Amino acid sequence: MSQLAQALSGKRVVICAGAGGVGKTTVSAAIALGLAAKGRRVALVTIDPARRLAEALGLDALDNQPQPVDLARLEGLGTHVRGELFAMMLDSKRTFDELIELLAPDPRTKEQILANPIYGHISTAVAGSQEYTAVAKLFELEHEKDYDVIVLDTPPSRHAIDFLEAPDRLTAFLEGRALNALLRPSGRAMRAAGIVFAALRRITGVELLDELTTLFRLLAGMLDGFRRRAADVHVLLGAPETGFLIVTSPERSAIDETVFFAAELDRACLHRCGVIVNRVHPLDPAPHDTVAVAARLHEQLGSRLARKVAHTHVELQRLADRDAGAIDRLRQALNDDPLCLPDRGLDIHDIESLVALNNDLFAG
Amino acid sequence: MAGPITKRLIIVAGKGGVGRSTITAALAIGATRRGLRTIVAETAGRADVARMLGGRGADPLVEVELEPGLHHLTIDRRGALEEYLRDEVPGLFGAAALARSATFQAFVDATPGMSDLLTIGKVWELVQRPRRKPRAGEYDVVILDAPASGQLVGLLGAPRTFAAIARVGPVARQAGTIERTLTDPHAVGVIAVATPEQMAVSETLALQASLTERFGIGLDAVVANRVLPSRFTAEDALALARAPDDPAVRSARWFAARAKAQRAQLARLRRGVAPARCMTMPFRFEAALGRDDIERFAHLLRAAKP
Repeated sequence: MSQLAQALSGKRVVICAGAGGVGKTTVSAAIALGLAAKGRRVALVTIDPARRLAEALGLDALDNQPQPVDLARLEGLGTHVRGELFAMMLDSKRTFDELIELLAPDPRTKEQILANPIYGHISTAVAGSQEYTAVAKLFELEHEKDYDVIVLDTPPSRHAIDFLEAPDRLTAFLEGRALNALLRPSGRAMRAAGIVFAALRRITGVELLDELTTLFRLLAGMLDGFRRRAADVHVLLGAPETGFLIVTSPERSAIDETVFFAAELDRACLHRCGVIVNRVHPLDPAPHDTVAVAARLHEQLGSRLARKVAHTHVELQRLADRDAGAIDRLRQALNDDPLCLPDRGLDIHDIESLVALNNDLFAG
Repeated sequence: MAGPITKRLIIVAGKGGVGRSTITAALAIGATRRGLRTIVAETAGRADVARMLGGRGADPLVEVELEPGLHHLTIDRRGALEEYLRDEVPGLFGAAALARSATFQAFVDATPGMSDLLTIGKVWELVQRPRRKPRAGEYDVVILDAPASGQLVGLLGAPRTFAAIARVGPVARQAGTIERTLTDPHAVGVIAVATPEQMAVSETLALQASLTERFGIGLDAVVANRVLPSRFTAEDALALARAPDDPAVRSARWFAARAKAQRAQLARLRRGVAPARCMTMPFRFEAALGRDDIERFAHLLRAAKP
């Protein structure tokens, strides 16, 4: 069994985390495909796939539920898929709306919340709402027990850690403790709230404060539901059947981020099941000297092309050296062998490339 | 004006990982060399450009002169809020304490567009001549290292979002003024940075579409970054495909395939953004970019023909 297959065996939830711009979405798609090929029933939740990847997977933005992916096309590529693959694109706003529908005490409260102009903003624009809804969706799918494995791609945040912190931050925000001090002050807070309130009225007008008061009053009845949800989500994320797979590129900032994030996962007692270094320039162990390489290739390629090839090789080895150094640093910091994927020099966007990536991932 | 800096406010946009901060630094150096008093602004508490230019991140909302004529400012939400309350709300006592209070922070978080409005409002303030901030120097050009494309649209749209919720009060009034300045194509230019890769090009074209649709402004220029040279001809590629396996041949095949894919994406980018000019910056085979590289980019950007 390959290193990755081993790390993923027994997992019911695989969360692909990492900084933005490292190819996380594509890697999660390839992993979902690989697990399906091995005979499992897999749901893939992607956040914002490139259009051509979305097309390759037959994703439709209109659905907020996993839809079956047509894998018949893979047979021609020599990959026999024994299982099933379902995929969806997360609709943050809709997932939030569904949560409100689920937790609202009565239809009237639900309607009032959904119609509140400030609510629309919270469900899409407040920091962490995308991370929050991604986890909410994961929880819902896991709860349905319809799939053997769920692979979750995480939102493209600047820092991987945002994914872990955002749900708690948003829950705290919904609990509105800080705002409650303003909207429903009591005792000694009354005077301070009075000052803030007066300042706000001067700056933004009273209308906005009214809308806010209304919304948080409506949400107050659902707080227990939100808190219970948050607690259940914590249990799910920490379960031994849930694994975090960190995806990174060999660039320095991404490696730093990975080392930091891995430590945070350990600290939170979450299970990491591997690190994937994507887009690595392959290292040639032989010494690389332009003259020697050109001499070696002279006969086959002619002197002009041999020189160009040698020059290119030496330049790329500079990047390969950099990558090797970064991977070494990662290995030492994590005390674990990362899985390195070669830079294939092409954008991955169709099923064919996805299969190639999948082969790299599950080889050996 | 020559070079890519033709407006008072230059917004440098682009997705993460395409080298946006490097290009911002190069543009800033270019503007300074032309004798323009320049300031680079970064949002969300970042100071990436400052570090690239050899500075250390200073406290938010403190304008620092990194070298003669070249200034830097880190904007963060809390600092912008505090400054706003202090300078713009006459007769408000205890602005600093108010800005720091958890209640007020929560209010800013909950209010649609407010946090972004404070950030973009500060950018707007930097452009003002005379400045609204007491005792502050004026700048000839303000260069904003903008957050990733999606957030940039939110940032520019903040005045409108906010005005839809708070229809009265000084903030609502100022939101209108800010929006008018930020969507004035004579005053504001957007330069998008992209690598010639499918996703980066798609994001650039999507950004252009939403800027036009929502604000009626287009891209002034596009910088295609990390472009590989056309080193191998089609004939070379054929010879490489036939050559026996060798690590160096594999490198060359990789390079040729990548350069070819880049050319296709570059053509797509040029077509998509025309008539905006597209400047290409070469791929650097360096482990980490240094000051020399940024100087070189600055030179290339200034020399680029329309």
